[in-house]
Amino acid sequence: MVNPDTATKPNAGNSNPAAPDSMEDRRGMNTRKLEVRDLSVHYSGNTVLSEVTLDVWENEIFGIIGPANAGKTSFLKCINRMNTFTDNMEVGGQILFSGMDIHQLKNVYALRSRIGVVFPLPVGLPLTIYENVALAPRLKGISDKTELNIIVERCLTRAALWDEVKDRLNSLGSLLSGGQQQRLTIARALSQDPDLLMLDEFSIAVDPVTTMRIEEVLKELRSEMTIILVTNLVQQARRLADRTAFFLDGKCVEVGETEALFEGNVEDPRTRDYIEGKFG
Amino acid sequence: MERTSPAQPTAAEFDRRNLDWYIDKLVQILVFIGGISAIVFIIGIFAFVTIEGAGFLLDDFSFKEFFLSPFWEPSDEDAPEYGILALVAGTASVTGLAMIVAIPFSLGAAIFIGEFATGRTRESLKVLVELLAAIPSVVWGFIGLTIMNPLIIDLFDVPVGLNVLNAGVILGLMAAPIMTSIAEDALKAVPDRYREAAEALGATQWEVIFKTVLPAAKNGLLGAVLLGVGRGFGETMAVLMATGHSVNIPDSLFDPVRALTATIAAELGETAVGSDHYQVLFTIGIFLFLVTFVINLTADLIVRGIRDQ
Repeated sequence: MVNPDTATKPNAGNSNPAAPDSMEDRRGMNTRKLEVRDLSVHYSGNTVLSEVTLDVWENEIFGIIGPANAGKTSFLKCINRMNTFTDNMEVGGQILFSGMDIHQLKNVYALRSRIGVVFPLPVGLPLTIYENVALAPRLKGISDKTELNIIVERCLTRAALWDEVKDRLNSLGSLLSGGQQQRLTIARALSQDPDLLMLDEFSIAVDPVTTMRIEEVLKELRSEMTIILVTNLVQQARRLADRTAFFLDGKCVEVGETEALFEGNVEDPRTRDYIEGKFG
Repeated sequence: MERTSPAQPTAAEFDRRNLDWYIDKLVQILVFIGGISAIVFIIGIFAFVTIEGAGFLLDDFSFKEFFLSPFWEPSDEDAPEYGILALVAGTASVTGLAMIVAIPFSLGAAIFIGEFATGRTRESLKVLVELLAAIPSVVWGFIGLTIMNPLIIDLFDVPVGLNVLNAGVILGLMAAPIMTSIAEDALKAVPDRYREAAEALGATQWEVIFKTVLPAAKNGLLGAVLLGVGRGFGETMAVLMATGHSVNIPDSLFDPVRALTATIAAELGETAVGSDHYQVLFTIGIFLFLVTFVINLTADLIVRGIRDQ
């Protein structure tokens, strides 16, 4: 289980990811949020992910880069057991979330409520802006209006959307522009007050300025939660991630300190080739 | 530059109407005739019904008597009375009860088929529902007459089992399959990403359906219900057989009633063409036509509304 002392400790030592000794520091200080052991995924016989073994630490931003069909999205789906939602998806191996085996859970809904997910394309639920953000707290049983108002304002502010929508919280979320809907999705994920936030190529539908604003928010959130960032922009991984994993053809090629990887300090030459844009 | 290459045809050479062009025009005209004829027929039917009922509408029509009198006594030789209030009450009570029966059944079935059932179960259920929708209404009437009638007499200890309850249940069961089918279409139109997003928030399957899928599909579901109402309003044979067919404003479920449609079906054959009675029946026809038209139009607009969103 998570030691509360270490779990809530901000990553002060890692604010400069270039510091070469930061990885050792964190291993000493922090606990494992996620332990993935020999994970494999098959869709009706086709292997899309195999032999993935890695750890994600508390309060780090863990980047995952790799070309299309590398199995990045399938990896995320396994973590909150969204695989039960996809037909024919078979998952092998073991995933421990805060030390618990997620395939032994009695209540999968409770697990999902602790994991926030942001999908590649924004999903504004067909509810008002307010209700989009208030849905997760309501599911948890919060019905006090004042409390909900506070949560909605805080989450929208953090997602850099509050100023744009504060006057029309009761209009439909699906009427917002693509970039606004994506920020609404992020606000909704934050409203769950998650331990783990998973972002799957969140910036596809967002303009560059907004992307930078969201990236700033993610850096701040690191002190409160663990973030897994799947991105097809290697520079985004470099800007944000403490450590980065490189996925290729359903395998995790390597995991390393982001800055080290980008400086060419790699175990596998394919990682360097991908980072430098030679393929993918 | 002037074209000199022999491979490039001149405008006069390639600008010719060949066989393909004529076939294309012919098909266009045929499809146009097919499409326009449906509209022409409907307008034609409405015109026919209106002309047949016009004599009564123009001469003897009294709004007050027609809509507010509960007395339907067309065969009274001295002073025939043509009040459709009781008939409207009959149709409305039967349709209302039918909806009370059909809405839970059809929405439940649609949610099960659309959200819970998978694979083979789902496909076979869908086929089964379509088959149920194709049962002829006279068969339903027959069931009302021979199965429901004795059942109601036994269960509730009433003298006659042909009444609002019988017809309402029969009509409800009859409307449920088509309502299920349309409601299921509405649920299917809700994109999966909504469900995934809600599931990712930690919502249980029921919460996903109740808080996300149903709100997103509400227009389609309302359209399904309205089409059911339209079906109930216009249904004739089953209602004629199961209501008891007696003019009456019901004050209990066990009162026999008579429906607007059944009245036309039962009486039109016995009236002299062009007589007052004949024309009144056509006036009822106009009224029914307008009501079902409005209901179906509303349903259609509502369903269209979700598609445009």
